[in-house]
Amino acid sequence: MMRPVTFATGMSIALATAFSAQARDATVGMQLEPPHLDPTSAAAGAIDQVLYSNVFEGLTRFSSDGSVVPGLAESWEVSDDGVIYTFTLREGVTFHDGTSFDASDVVFTLDRARGPDSTNAQKGLFANIAGVQAVNDRTVVITLNEPQGAFLFNLAWGDAVIVAPESIEDIKSNPIGTGAFRFADWKQGDSITLVRNDDYWGTPAALDGATFKFISAPTAAFAAMMAEDVDAFYGYPAPENLAQFDADPRFTVLAGNTEGETILAMNNKLPPFDNKLVRQAVSHAIDRSAIIDGAMFGYGTPIGSHFAPHNPAYVDLTGNSAYDPEKAKALLAEAGFPDGFSTTLKLPPPSYARRGGEIIAAQLRAVGIEAEISNLEWAQWLEQAFKGYDYGMTIVSHTEPMDIGIYARPGYYFQYDNLDFQKLMAEFEVENDPDMRTEMLQKAQTIISEDYVNAYLFQLAQTSVVNAKLEGIWADAPTQAVDLTGVRWVD
Amino acid sequence: MLRYIVTRTGSLCLSLLVASVVIFALIEVVPGDPVAFMLGLNAQPDTVAALREELGLNASVLERYFSWVFGLLQGDLGTSYTYRSPVSEIVAERLVISLPLAAYALALTILIAFPAGILPAAYRGRAADVAVMGGTQLGVAIPNFWFAMIMVMIFAINLRWFSAGGFPGWEAGFFPAMKALTLPAIALALPQASILARVMRSALLDTLGSDYIRTARAKGLTKGQALRRHALRNALIPVLTILGLQFSFLLAGAIIIENVFFLPGLGRLIFQAISQRDLIVVESVVMLLVFAVIFVNFIVDLAYAWVDPRLRVQT
Repeated sequence: MMRPVTFATGMSIALATAFSAQARDATVGMQLEPPHLDPTSAAAGAIDQVLYSNVFEGLTRFSSDGSVVPGLAESWEVSDDGVIYTFTLREGVTFHDGTSFDASDVVFTLDRARGPDSTNAQKGLFANIAGVQAVNDRTVVITLNEPQGAFLFNLAWGDAVIVAPESIEDIKSNPIGTGAFRFADWKQGDSITLVRNDDYWGTPAALDGATFKFISAPTAAFAAMMAEDVDAFYGYPAPENLAQFDADPRFTVLAGNTEGETILAMNNKLPPFDNKLVRQAVSHAIDRSAIIDGAMFGYGTPIGSHFAPHNPAYVDLTGNSAYDPEKAKALLAEAGFPDGFSTTLKLPPPSYARRGGEIIAAQLRAVGIEAEISNLEWAQWLEQAFKGYDYGMTIVSHTEPMDIGIYARPGYYFQYDNLDFQKLMAEFEVENDPDMRTEMLQKAQTIISEDYVNAYLFQLAQTSVVNAKLEGIWADAPTQAVDLTGVRWVD
Repeated sequence: MLRYIVTRTGSLCLSLLVASVVIFALIEVVPGDPVAFMLGLNAQPDTVAALREELGLNASVLERYFSWVFGLLQGDLGTSYTYRSPVSEIVAERLVISLPLAAYALALTILIAFPAGILPAAYRGRAADVAVMGGTQLGVAIPNFWFAMIMVMIFAINLRWFSAGGFPGWEAGFFPAMKALTLPAIALALPQASILARVMRSALLDTLGSDYIRTARAKGLTKGQALRRHALRNALIPVLTILGLQFSFLLAGAIIIENVFFLPGLGRLIFQAISQRDLIVVESVVMLLVFAVIFVNFIVDLAYAWVDPRLRVQT
């Protein structure tokens, strides 16, 4: 038996090598399929994952480490008062339909995103824009209402990519951008195919083309990877298999950071969570490492506030809510609940919530808190928890980058209302000095950590399985993107 | 026969009308706003309002029901909220997979079940009977998704004869497309064939014990001749009933198998549409399936009459 198998394996390796010298396509598996292909009018992360930087580009863009670098704007100047941004656009850029890219496309894009009929899911990114003007073909002036430190960062989001008036009509089924790949085909329910844009203004892509294949079931993802039907699986959904892939020389496992702070959110206006002592007790009752090991198979970094550990402004505040069940019981007694209390724990579909929820309920039971679990679909969760404030606790990973500002919104679903924090964030918004911004961010992290607004669990990890010969897939996920522009086969 | 067809057609229309009311009402009471789902956690109220307007969600319930039903009558299934393309186009794309898959699985079911049902009936209590009965018991008991996964492990991961899943499209050619449907069709057919074989066997045994078979044997027919000429046709009624139910099941109920083999079929479309609250897709596709089920039953009713002439006059 041994011999034929070895022979066959040897043959398939020889064949694979022979082929890979010519075949330069890559097939990337993903769990979720985009609902449509317009990144500027939906929240679905899958749209950005397929199209961001591959097909569509913004004035600025995120690089693999999350820093903001020039995109379609090659440079910019900011006025001294911080409200006028003058962008110089790249020369010789064309859209995939052959129309040229110029300042009028920028004006069109931004006016559309912030206009009254806009269906942009992140319309707030553009709220501070007072006006957008094309000075000439290659110069755009954007005037802000007030200075905004994060403006260039905001422009790098997938919701701010540049679209053209000529192709906007059909953008949902035929996206036309300026990127290194052009859209080729969408077999709904199955796959999306991109091909290399040979007229690209920058460094051309190494791949001839790429296919994104949508495989939702974890077992199917495992089979597709094992059978080498897909060359990479981005966001591999079954962490329990990762060790097996890691041990297999055919594959590489990438484990990186995301912008997803995973939190046990508490309804701050609903008794007993309106009592800080109760929230503090919950925070101390939770053993993060048990959750990371048990629910995430060891992938994830503990956090003590709503902030990403890989950000330079991060402060480690996990000590504020160290695992201490005895202290949790004492705090509950002090708050007037010596025998604990009952509440609800509403869980959306992702496995971090469903698996993590079971563990958290058990840990809370140990200190006397009975959390009744109910499993919800996303649409139900949005209706009940997010919009209706009808929940005691819930588990959500907040995947938007740099979103600590949600704590300054009293109407946000966890209903945290702290004027000092709101003031701090308002000042942060208009601050341009990097050192001051860092200091403010650190203060913000500390306030919400010490107020025990939510119990902070872990930074969600990004795990991907990749063919060992495929190089350049981002390990970290600073934004929802599967940037293929730097991906190549190595023999 | 004509009166029979007319009454059957009448009950078909009535069923469809009732179904449309039930489906629409059920989906209206499901909590969850499609717009909230599409725009996510950071959406601003004015954006939500703009999108609701764009999708026509601000109309009253009655208005939406009637515009939906009138659309259906004219063959217009509406426009998907999420995909923003006509539901009929989306469904057509899925049907080119689901329909052949169901037909393929049904063909396999019949191919396996008929011999597997007739053989044990002919040789009741003998080794063949015991073997087939044991095998079908196993076939009914094994969950088809588990069987599917085992097949993937053997034929896709180890032997590499098939892909682990996916569908290359009919434009890739008839044989590559059929090849992609083969493992799913086998996985779907196995439990159905087991059920059908057992029904076939017991129906045959029933008829084989009846007086007219004894008469036929007394006339001098061999056991095999009596079975072929008299028993089989009379045993077909329960078999047809089950077959009708199975086709509907294979068309709409392949959802788990579609997930295992990541096939973009109708079942997966409904599943996605429900979680995205793409209500119009759910309503129209479910309605379409109801129509298919009722229509298949209608055909089965007519087939009864063809098989058993007594039924033509009774109703």
